[in-house]
Amino acid sequence: MTMSKASTSFGNQLDAFDRKALGKLSRTEERGIEQNVRRRKRNSFLLVVPLLAFLLVTFFAPIGSMLFRSLYSPTVQGLIPQTIQRLDDWDQASPPPAATLKTLAVELKDLALSHKEGELGSAVNQVMPGTASVFKMTGRRIRNADLAGMSDPQAAQWLTDANPDWGNVKLWQAIAEAGRVYTARNYMKAAGFDFVGGTFSQSNTASVYQVLYVKTLGIALSITVLCMLLGYPLAYYLAKAPSKTANALMILVLLPFWTSLLVRTTSWIALLQTDGVVNTVLMGLGLIDTPLNLLYTRFATVIAMTHILLPFMVLPLYSVMRGIDPSYMRAAISMGSPPMQAFFRVFFPLTLSGLGAGTLLVFIISIGYYITPALVGGSDGQMISNIIAFNIQSTSNWGLAAALGSILLAIILLLYWVYDRLVGAGNLKLG
Amino acid sequence: MTALSVVAGLQDRFGEYVLKLFSWMVLLFLILPVLVIIPLSFNAEPFFTFTPSMLRLDPDAYSLKWYAAIFESQNWILAIKNSFFIGIVSTLLATVLGTVAAVGLAREDMPFRRFITAAILSPMIVPLIIVAAGMFFFYSRFDLVATYTGIIIAHTALGAPFVVITVTASLQGFDQSLYKAGLSLGAPPLKVYRDVVLPVIRPGLISGALFAFVTSFDEIVLVLFLAGPQQQTVPRQMFSGLRESISPTILAVATLLIITSVIFLVSLEFLRRRAEHAKTSGRGDE
Repeated sequence: MTMSKASTSFGNQLDAFDRKALGKLSRTEERGIEQNVRRRKRNSFLLVVPLLAFLLVTFFAPIGSMLFRSLYSPTVQGLIPQTIQRLDDWDQASPPPAATLKTLAVELKDLALSHKEGELGSAVNQVMPGTASVFKMTGRRIRNADLAGMSDPQAAQWLTDANPDWGNVKLWQAIAEAGRVYTARNYMKAAGFDFVGGTFSQSNTASVYQVLYVKTLGIALSITVLCMLLGYPLAYYLAKAPSKTANALMILVLLPFWTSLLVRTTSWIALLQTDGVVNTVLMGLGLIDTPLNLLYTRFATVIAMTHILLPFMVLPLYSVMRGIDPSYMRAAISMGSPPMQAFFRVFFPLTLSGLGAGTLLVFIISIGYYITPALVGGSDGQMISNIIAFNIQSTSNWGLAAALGSILLAIILLLYWVYDRLVGAGNLKLG
Repeated sequence: MTALSVVAGLQDRFGEYVLKLFSWMVLLFLILPVLVIIPLSFNAEPFFTFTPSMLRLDPDAYSLKWYAAIFESQNWILAIKNSFFIGIVSTLLATVLGTVAAVGLAREDMPFRRFITAAILSPMIVPLIIVAAGMFFFYSRFDLVATYTGIIIAHTALGAPFVVITVTASLQGFDQSLYKAGLSLGAPPLKVYRDVVLPVIRPGLISGALFAFVTSFDEIVLVLFLAGPQQQTVPRQMFSGLRESISPTILAVATLLIITSVIFLVSLEFLRRRAEHAKTSGRGDE
């Protein structure tokens, strides 16, 4: 059926080319054909425009704005613009001049009066942890300070009296850094650089985020390998079974596939919790005396996600294996090949496209998972998505969350590109 | 038969049994966790596990009270209504946008097909946490956070690729010359689409719509970020229930959802059979 489509389109082109080559067409006729082709292309394109435009506005623009967020942090600049302007000329080596301290004091007082000093504090704290308290403590006292009547040195003195940290060069370096509107510091942080002495330098220990990415990749890899080990033999068995049996057994694969993610996560909670089904059965059989700690572990994340993603491995493998002519194997065996060897040298290579599709699909999906690790993973079973969510919802560090998200997105796009090369994104099969 | 071939034959047999046993264990691994929920949802006690009296099949250990609890709870009622409302509206939008795009993509003269396909399918690939964060930033600028509109357009974006995939698949067997024949016989293009193309893609269209609906119905990450208290959906209610107080009401809801997915599965299977039937009977001479 695809053949007929391809041959008609090829035939049309050939026709036009032939006639053109034979010189049977006049200039105007040629132009007419070209116009016709262009018009048809435009008409086809017009059909996809509504969806493309919709996705551009509702999907791509939001992702783009998030990527932009990872490099753009206007908060501090917006809160204390004059101080940041003064800090532009500062040498970053000795404490800034008294005039700068007074400018900050004035701006900080304004912020404190509208209860915004905490916002400034947490923004600077994101660059250099441990500095938020300075802003909070000073903010509390500065509301009633009469700064207008003070000279620059007096105001500077007042600030350092309120909190001696205002004399500390490091705090000012952090403010200057936080005042940069366009910055790569979120990526530096994600890559394991600490802010020390006015610049970012490689941290002695691997950063939490590096550890987290490695852990996420490790979890995704375990899930993928498990899916492969469980899925390949199952798909092989189903593909070799008679149609009727295979169709009936496929229901056992498709039903979980169609069951809500939250239902399946719920069942793993019921199975794995301390007095859950698994522990009850194991204790009933006398295999263990005390319940095992299964829920809220990395093990729980891996097992629940393997269950959720296994159909994504079985379905492409099954459809590829069904299409392999059994006579290939029979031929190999009848020519004297041992069955195992025939399997590995004839059958297995033919299934590589399905295996590649399933593997990449499972890996791509698992690497960005959020819900299941959040519910069953505990602290050890958390993945990068959970930390991104944490940075958005709990610490409001949007810039860092966006940077972590961009890195994750880059990894996924790379894998997707590989998938498209190997399988063709358009050949994605459903059910 | 030599002794060697007998041994080889036995090995084959043995290998087959091992494969069969292993496959059945994997199948049980797939299905048991889903099924275990169902009896647990009839637990008379507020536990998430089998009680000894349940195992003794004591009728008093079973009860329907968690099912009753769903319909007594304002939160669950609102969540169910919202899930259906958001699901239906976003499915309609996704089906219209996705079908038109798929018809375009299936045409021979479509320019940049590979690139456009990749772009249209990307909502299936990008991790939802990234989409959710981006949408939260972006939609808040247009006051779309905590509105039905915001969630509906977000779910439409997620559902449309499924429609594109299934409709494109059903158009793959479609002979474009039928369309041309319709035109050459003098029918206006829209009429040709309605009378010639639509019947061919209908099964794909319906299964795409089912996929889009299920995607929306089961979606939680975007809802967590974009919804306000008024837009509470079933998955979100389950999520917060699982995090805070684990009540068997969730198991009762889960059981109802399992029944729903059985219905979906059966209707999809029906559609697939019909599509196959249409293809083979329509092209008997090929």
